[in-house]
Amino acid sequence: MGFISERLRAIVVHAAALIATVLSGGALASGSKVNQMDMSPGVTATGQAIYDLHTAILWICIVIGVVVFGVMFYSIIYHRKSKGYKAANFHESTSVEIAWTVVPFLILIGMAVPATSTLIQVYDTEEAEMDILVTGYQWKWKYEYLNENGENVSFFSNLRTAQDEIYNTEDKGEHYLLEVDEPVVIPVDTKVRFLVTANDVIHSWWVPELAVKRDAIPGFVNETWTRADEVGIYRGQCAELCGKDHGFMPIVVNVVSKEDYAAWLETKQAEAAEIKALMAQTFTMDELVARGKNVYQGYCAACHGMNGEGGLGKAIAGSAIATGDLTKHLDIGVNGVPGTAMQAFGGQMNDVDMAAVITYQRNAFGNNMGDMVQPIDVFNHKKG
Amino acid sequence: MGDHHHGPAKGLSRWLFTTNHKDIGTMYLWFSFAMFILGGAFAMIIRAELFQPGMQLVEPAFFNQMTTLHGLIMVFGAIMPSFVGLANWMIPMMIGAPDMALPRMNNWSFWILPPAFLILASTLFMEGGAPAFGWTFYAPLSTTYAPPSVTYFIFSIHVLGLSSIMGSINIIATVMNMRAPGMTYMKMPLFVWTWLITAFLLVAVMPVLAGAVTMMLMDIHFGTSFFSAAGGGDPVLFQHVFWFFGHPEVYIIILPAFGVVSQIIPAFSRKPLFGYASMVYATAAIAFLSFIVWAHHMYTVGMPIAGELFFMYATMLIAVPTGVKVFNWITTMWRGSMTFETPMLFCIGFLVLFTIGGFTGLMLSIAPADFQYHDSYFVVAHFHYVMVAGAVFSMTAAVYYWLPKWCGRMYNETMGKTHFWISFIGFNVTFFPQHFVGLAGMPRRIPDYALQFTDFNMMSSIGAFIYGASQILFLYNVIATIVAGKPTSEEKVWDGAEGLEWTVATPAPYHTFETPPAVR
Repeated sequence: MGFISERLRAIVVHAAALIATVLSGGALASGSKVNQMDMSPGVTATGQAIYDLHTAILWICIVIGVVVFGVMFYSIIYHRKSKGYKAANFHESTSVEIAWTVVPFLILIGMAVPATSTLIQVYDTEEAEMDILVTGYQWKWKYEYLNENGENVSFFSNLRTAQDEIYNTEDKGEHYLLEVDEPVVIPVDTKVRFLVTANDVIHSWWVPELAVKRDAIPGFVNETWTRADEVGIYRGQCAELCGKDHGFMPIVVNVVSKEDYAAWLETKQAEAAEIKALMAQTFTMDELVARGKNVYQGYCAACHGMNGEGGLGKAIAGSAIATGDLTKHLDIGVNGVPGTAMQAFGGQMNDVDMAAVITYQRNAFGNNMGDMVQPIDVFNHKKG
Repeated sequence: MGDHHHGPAKGLSRWLFTTNHKDIGTMYLWFSFAMFILGGAFAMIIRAELFQPGMQLVEPAFFNQMTTLHGLIMVFGAIMPSFVGLANWMIPMMIGAPDMALPRMNNWSFWILPPAFLILASTLFMEGGAPAFGWTFYAPLSTTYAPPSVTYFIFSIHVLGLSSIMGSINIIATVMNMRAPGMTYMKMPLFVWTWLITAFLLVAVMPVLAGAVTMMLMDIHFGTSFFSAAGGGDPVLFQHVFWFFGHPEVYIIILPAFGVVSQIIPAFSRKPLFGYASMVYATAAIAFLSFIVWAHHMYTVGMPIAGELFFMYATMLIAVPTGVKVFNWITTMWRGSMTFETPMLFCIGFLVLFTIGGFTGLMLSIAPADFQYHDSYFVVAHFHYVMVAGAVFSMTAAVYYWLPKWCGRMYNETMGKTHFWISFIGFNVTFFPQHFVGLAGMPRRIPDYALQFTDFNMMSSIGAFIYGASQILFLYNVIATIVAGKPTSEEKVWDGAEGLEWTVATPAPYHTFETPPAVR
């Protein structure tokens, strides 16, 4: 009972808060508005074109609907037996049939013309000023900036919303489920081409305000593009069912000025260089375990459980692999287990993180192996 | 078997061994209603979880099992068998035939269905859980990344496909060979026409579905790579094969519904169906078009622009014959002498809501706009307007319309009308707001959502509970009618009804038309 009344109270408080937000016309910053009822025109020329097309067709449908339903309801009101209306007996008319075949056909042609030109616009991926490779993983996105001078920048973008918020033990933040640890950053007024693919199952990269939705298909690369007219943060989600955490792999695009973008890129390139340097280092057990814990929570916990107790994946606590041969353990981390949901993480994680997380798994959850892996071991293992 | 007027066998063997079209029709109808309740229960779990943001009742993995089984059971277990049941009952009586052409196969096509769904439902209790990849089961989520229960799922799809194919062959054979003398094709009731065309669609596409799941089976167990790029295959191939089945499938569901509405609207308008011939041609045109539009479900997979344009134009064309049908129904009502008993109310509900579903379908056909609609709740709203308000509403209308003929008792009209209004309101409260959240950017098939979608989702859940509860009233009304409804023995239960089924005694005797009737 206590549980139910608490839940009820929460609903009431929540509803009141929402009403207050609606009344104040408040919006949750960028992204779709609270109780938004229509498509957003977004911040791109294609988005505007799609929005205009959508609005035009919606109104054509509404007008046709009003006429058709108008006739129907007129008939329902006046042609009823209870009013003594006597039924007529007409039942065919070729000219009427021809008319209501031809007229809709002409209306459709009227719709097809703008639809075709908008489609051509959306498909024009030529002359992009920069390319980003977007790769869908269960259940996160990876972004790689191609064609840049200097270090290649690449990173994963994970859901940042805490499990406590999702499981209602903590208040939900403003951007609940639409926030990531590292957003993809693009410059404003720049034609950016996205090369979209996937590592495991099919995902779909969708940002409503950029009017981009393209399926990410393993083994194939799709192209799409955007050119944002306004600086801002735009949020989207994976749109194709991709397994358990399909609802928990958001997309956040941070559109910044060209100067800010250049500065950001420089920082990221410096970071990439730093990781390279770390690869050559030897770490202590404590350093590896501390780093490994973070990596574990980001990559492993969704399937193997926060405490290695298992779930969708096998348990790690006391497992034969984590308490067995170290090389075999490392091999599973790097190459995965083919034919199962255990992916090959060798390409997803840098060698420092891989070394750390394997070490952590062998020395946490009651696994007291006392051995450790160094980045150089991972590097050598990958080389074979 | 000298006695031509033997009645049904006694006890369980009547149902197990029956070859009587009415018994088999009854079993199909009850089975599909049971599946409707089961699929509906899954929908209630989905809507309960989505009542508020956050995970409250179920885990994401189980949520996916619910959406998957809800879709599969509603499409293959509830809607399709319900119309097969209706066909079994009504087609022989409408064309003046004593039974279906292949009665033993008829028994078999029903009796393999319950085991197929038992297998499907039992996957819920298997290690790794039930299929969780959506009713469209896209590879490789349904192959490499699927739970082990997928093999049982494949077997169950094979069996129910077999059932559908046998049922269709039976309908084709019956309609082509067993019409009463004088019943030419162009004199057949629309319901018979729509089912004849549907049966051809089924025979054409169920083997394609069987092919798709067989390829999955090979990929999972026998080392092939039809749907895996790593082995030279293509995951998108799956979608082409699936939707080559899947798009005709949605017309398989809706065409018999069109047939029902075309019987009921004239009856309560007391006026013949307007444009009979054009209704037949429109049905055939829709059936033809259904084979060349499948890739409109796949606008975002990265097809070449020529492909996108072809499928967009072909899809838009469907609006023409569909529009013709709607205009014909409304013109049938025009200057009729209408009354509004429960079957008519459900048909008018169908007409309004199916037309709305048609409009959103037209919007979805516009490829560039679909880049925003695709896989959002807008799509969920669209197909529930055509599936629930289309197929389920017309099926409900059919039950109220023919129930007095089947059991010789009248249902409670007040309760029927109450059922309609609660269903109509519940349905719209559930699905209308889903257009909004979809346009605002909420993807489908997610167990949890961002805060700005809360109010409409809450509304949607409340509507779903109302709609769900209204089906209990329906069940009660039907049982109450069968057990204790007001007896009627009038052959023509409805004064405006036309057709051979209204010339036989009420309740319909176990055997009808042992000698063919004369058709003008």
